[in-house]
Amino acid sequence: MSDDLQMRVTALVDEAAGIRRVRLEPVAGGPLPAFSGGAHVVVAMRDGDVTRRNPYSLCCDPEDRTGYEIAVARAAASRGGSAFIHERLAVGDVLVVGAPTNLFQPDWRAKKHILVAGGIGITPFVAMMAQFARAGLAFELHYAVRSRAAAAFAGVLQDRYGPRVKIYAADEGARLPLAVLVQNQPLGTHLYTCGPERLMEAVLDTARQAGWPEQALHAEHFMAPPPGDPFSVTLANSGREVAVGPDQSLLEALEAAGINPRYLCRGGVCGECATRVVEFRGTILHGDHFLTPEERAESRTIMICMSRFVGDRLVLDL
Amino acid sequence: MDTGYSATHRPETFRDETFRGEFSYANSPENIRHFPFPFHEDAYRYSVNIEPHVPGRPGSAFEHLIDVDEHYLAEMADRAQVLAEDPLRYQALPHMMLAQWDTLELLMEEQARAYPHLFTLERNGDQWRWINRPLGIDDTFTFGDPSTLPREPLDYICRQTQGDIALMDQRDGNLWLDAGMITAQADWSLDFDVGMNFHEWHAPVPLAPQMGVFDRALKYLLNLQLGKPVRRLNWTMTINPRLDTSPENYPKWGPDRTTVTPENVGQKVHLRVELQSLWRLPRSNGMLFVIRSYMMRMDEVVTVPKWGRRLPRVLETLPEELASYKGLSRYRQTTIDWLKRHDDGAPTSPGIFPD
Repeated sequence: MSDDLQMRVTALVDEAAGIRRVRLEPVAGGPLPAFSGGAHVVVAMRDGDVTRRNPYSLCCDPEDRTGYEIAVARAAASRGGSAFIHERLAVGDVLVVGAPTNLFQPDWRAKKHILVAGGIGITPFVAMMAQFARAGLAFELHYAVRSRAAAAFAGVLQDRYGPRVKIYAADEGARLPLAVLVQNQPLGTHLYTCGPERLMEAVLDTARQAGWPEQALHAEHFMAPPPGDPFSVTLANSGREVAVGPDQSLLEALEAAGINPRYLCRGGVCGECATRVVEFRGTILHGDHFLTPEERAESRTIMICMSRFVGDRLVLDL
Repeated sequence: MDTGYSATHRPETFRDETFRGEFSYANSPENIRHFPFPFHEDAYRYSVNIEPHVPGRPGSAFEHLIDVDEHYLAEMADRAQVLAEDPLRYQALPHMMLAQWDTLELLMEEQARAYPHLFTLERNGDQWRWINRPLGIDDTFTFGDPSTLPREPLDYICRQTQGDIALMDQRDGNLWLDAGMITAQADWSLDFDVGMNFHEWHAPVPLAPQMGVFDRALKYLLNLQLGKPVRRLNWTMTINPRLDTSPENYPKWGPDRTTVTPENVGQKVHLRVELQSLWRLPRSNGMLFVIRSYMMRMDEVVTVPKWGRRLPRVLETLPEELASYKGLSRYRQTTIDWLKRHDDGAPTSPGIFPD
């Protein structure tokens, strides 16, 4: 995308065990746009002859117009992006960064905001809390971590917000008191969660059982594209066939082949990469959070950032 | 911020005119060519026609992203009068305060960038100074602190910007019309629509829901990106150059439609074009919708030969449902007949700009 910004890495800081914060400042100088808490950017990294594009939540103050910051956990089974950032990225390197996009914005009508983070899921909340504090809105953060050593931003957030920040370290035997959290909250409280899928499901289920309305529940379902068996896709407009590798998403394979489909989140949430399925023999493995169950069953549309295919023929309207 | 910017469209004088009473509104020859004529071809075709809102042809209404022209002072005076008579033309639900500040910043930045001889924005951290020379305003305030401005931020900046402004909140996979200042509307009302979602406020538009137009448009808008505004043109016709054609004031302007005669078409009938732009707002993730209205009477339209040929041809092909929705039915044929006298039958060139 032509409007993407060239940004230089100006700081690399290990925030916690296995979590590296990256500060990026525009090469051309000048103030960056402010952004909204919960926003992410897609960062393009040149890694040898591969271009990796990953979405990361912005974890700095949205009013800091001099730079953007992301924090990246070293993935146990990295597809390449987190390993690149932890092992090869250096201060002075230039990355290409897209405009901030928000698929996890706060509901500004809320009387109170309860934030529940697990591990690296803390990142969108760092920016949200800066906004809430500036606007004088009521909020509290409940942050579940494996250990204090793995709790990125814990110290700085406690310094800034004091008792509004609660940390639960598993190795100390502390657990998120979910049932207590969702009880007796003021009417109009909104609940946000980001972290491992299991944690988010537990948070949402607990709130639903306690009678919370769906509109008050917000979850950030960002995930890396799932690996799987290789397959090939045929492009209806050119007849071209493109091979998709086991650790590659359909979107990434198309980009590597010089095709540039539209995308925003690369995490199966926004719907921007919805592509019409012209023909298929086999099974589409829908990995997104966008299509309805009915749409999945029909398989007339595929979200190419997250979905895979098993079968002998898949033709897409590309 | 751009420096040394030299614009082609650089209004220095502003017309002393009215949009009511004696209706002294008119366009100078330069401003006629500035007008965003909305028809690309000789036939009417329904489309959502959204395109990137990027600076366009010098001298045209597309040159700057927020356009200021010779009607600036007169429009601001008319707006102040409408608001004095009906304060409900400005409304902002309490959760829209961040979006209000976003909008103030955007409108100040764009106007100061495009027209440095008219507007200046100085920023020193949160301490901002805004100078509006045409209106004689020089205010210093703290960005983010409403108590440092004489009015709410949206109210303040909308009284200094041409065009109606609607602010939308994004939530639950929809857009909600939760704030705005609407004083120059083509027959709709902020007071009726405030708090409605995208489907609710579009419900009266004929044909489009069955075509799925609004589902597609909403999906597109929900993914609108920061720094990549989009625009579209919409049009209707107004009898007499009346900016305020609100439902509340229907008794004032509705009867005008019965006054069109073959003799007065050139003076009375106005093509009214809305240059609508949509912007993702940074801090609130809300959406800004600017509806800038331009009016040009038929006498002025036909001074551009291409437009004089094309307009009657377009009006002839307009489906009756749409003519009725736009309120043109009663005087459409009279207008076509008058315009046809200016159509020599020659072919027109593609696109909207004069030859």
